[in-house]
Amino acid sequence: MNAQSNDAALTATSNSPERYYTYGYLDEQTKRMIRRAILKAVAIPGYQVPFGSREMPVPYGWGTGGIQLTAAIIGPDDVYKCIDQGADDTTNAVSIRRFFAKVADVATTEDTAEATIIQSRHRIPEHPLKDGQIMVFQVPQPEPLRGLEPREMETRAMHAYEEYGLQYVSLYENVSAFGRIAATAGYPVMVDERYLMSPSPIPKFDNPKLHNSQALMLFGAGREKRIYAIPPHTTVRSLDFEDYPFETQKWEESCALCAADDSYLDEVVLDDQGQRMFVCSDSHYCSDRRAQGLRGPMAGHELVDIDKDAGQ
Amino acid sequence: MAYVAVKGGERAISNAHALLEEARRGDPSVPELLVDQVREQLSLSVDRVMAEGSCYDRDLAALAIKQSAGDVAEATFLMRAYRTTLPRFGFSKPVETAAMAVRRRISAAFKDIPGGQVLGATFDYTHRLLDFKLAAEGADPVAPAPQALEPMVHPLPTISSVFSHENLLEQEARIDGDDEPFDLTREPMSFPAGRDQRLQALARGDEGFLLSLAYSSQRGWGSTHPLCGEIRMGEVPVEFIPDELGFPIEIADITLTECIMLSGFAGSAERAPQYTRGYGLTFGHNERKTMSMAIVDRALRARELGEEVDAPCQDEEFVLYHSDNVEASGFVQHLKLPHYVDFQADLLFLRKLRAEFFDRKAAAEAITALQMEPAE
Repeated sequence: MNAQSNDAALTATSNSPERYYTYGYLDEQTKRMIRRAILKAVAIPGYQVPFGSREMPVPYGWGTGGIQLTAAIIGPDDVYKCIDQGADDTTNAVSIRRFFAKVADVATTEDTAEATIIQSRHRIPEHPLKDGQIMVFQVPQPEPLRGLEPREMETRAMHAYEEYGLQYVSLYENVSAFGRIAATAGYPVMVDERYLMSPSPIPKFDNPKLHNSQALMLFGAGREKRIYAIPPHTTVRSLDFEDYPFETQKWEESCALCAADDSYLDEVVLDDQGQRMFVCSDSHYCSDRRAQGLRGPMAGHELVDIDKDAGQ
Repeated sequence: MAYVAVKGGERAISNAHALLEEARRGDPSVPELLVDQVREQLSLSVDRVMAEGSCYDRDLAALAIKQSAGDVAEATFLMRAYRTTLPRFGFSKPVETAAMAVRRRISAAFKDIPGGQVLGATFDYTHRLLDFKLAAEGADPVAPAPQALEPMVHPLPTISSVFSHENLLEQEARIDGDDEPFDLTREPMSFPAGRDQRLQALARGDEGFLLSLAYSSQRGWGSTHPLCGEIRMGEVPVEFIPDELGFPIEIADITLTECIMLSGFAGSAERAPQYTRGYGLTFGHNERKTMSMAIVDRALRARELGEEVDAPCQDEEFVLYHSDNVEASGFVQHLKLPHYVDFQADLLFLRKLRAEFFDRKAAAEAITALQMEPAE
């Protein structure tokens, strides 16, 4: 509530009476418990490891899984980037980035290439990830089969027996109803040809970035108390059929601000007369391209200024 | 009109928080509420926040209620988020509710019960008429309630002791004091759930959710035909064995509400017919919650007792996964976060489906028009 006293509680030097919380917020035993869960998750790609998820100072559903993962792996030398919907300046991303700047005394960045830990909700950055980087995903529902089978005891058995027929039947029902596979975000993937996995609600546009990625991908679901992972250089296949192959979203437009035609676009409604513009969802990718002098048809639009303002 | 694109920003967040502070304080010409006043005069809110917040501390619960402007679910969340940062020293010995210093105890099963019916401070039998005297400032101080002429029996006999010589009621499930109980704050939910896990989840669970589930059971959705064997509320000592001592020491007196619901059991080939029990226990004075918990606990034993499982209140995954209001409130309200990336993906899909629909319709109309053409 009182911003100043809260700051002191989180950032005062160790052992001073004002400091009520450990480095990185979580106590050391909890961090160790989470790291052990991460190691298990890395050892069994795509398998959901139950863990003793803690109550965090942000609500469940607002990134508690991702925050716990980050808290367990972050150190003072890390450079931390946090995005929501691809953008660094969305409210919840700002809030989480401030949290770690405070509790982990860590440098923050918007630059994808510069970051060592990238925490994200709903997107993977456009700029290819490299060796040594860690993506941390916030996951609302870790169980890809939950929409088809509500019971945890059942779905755990289905994973154990690699019994994924139900998932394929559901995709087939899509094809017969809509003429195509209907999943648009959170499109199910098969990891290392063993575990069916939810990539979290990223658009299927981002699914190919999971395959043979150089970066380690960690997924944290705080409310559901599960951690899972895709180690670097792991096969990740989006489910499909021979005659209905997996395909990603495409736009007829390119980014109105930076002219990118290879990025995921958000639709921005300009008025209630049907006017709209399409802009990159990855705010850093877009500003980087604009800095290189690339200009889309609406370059200089006020939206650019809003980006700048938010960074203050 | 032009829409303003919603973008975040640190300034917007900190301004919103300043506004929240102002709204919480309300009209500054009205004296500020003190935490002591909340603790003493909103004691039932305090008890609910302690129970659902899984943290026995009246002062912190009162602070949480003040900070959350009286939003009990938000106050519970504040308590949980604080509690989670505390080190865990171990677990206490099971508390002996039979030895409770009772302030209230009633049984609906017998007209009189050894030790008597003790009403205590209760809303029961009050007429729910607004007392406008309370709205007047400087009201007369409350006159002290009359004292009983003789002290209460202590320890007060329990409903179990009444039944014990006939074995009409199933034995209390006693766990060995040395067995470490399941702890949901350290381990994730797992199924099938043991009794300790089930009772912990229910004790932390949302009062409204458990109340409605218990009510649904009473109305026939998984009925257990409950009868209120006993409700008792009062203080019990908590004992803890520190490693360095090796013997129990008393570390606190806490207020608890306990409820035992009796429920019929027809018996089986191996077991004689007898009453089974549903159990409720909460921090503080939380009677509605404790009774609901006892009914739901018994309903969740359906499988164990060979009853059919077909109602929501009997389904342990359904009940235990959805009873926590901190989890539920967070996840329902996370829908306020931006979802425009997924929505864009959905929009593209819907537009494609609509385009195909109108193409098909146009083609069908063209064919119909051709067929309608008069033959020449």
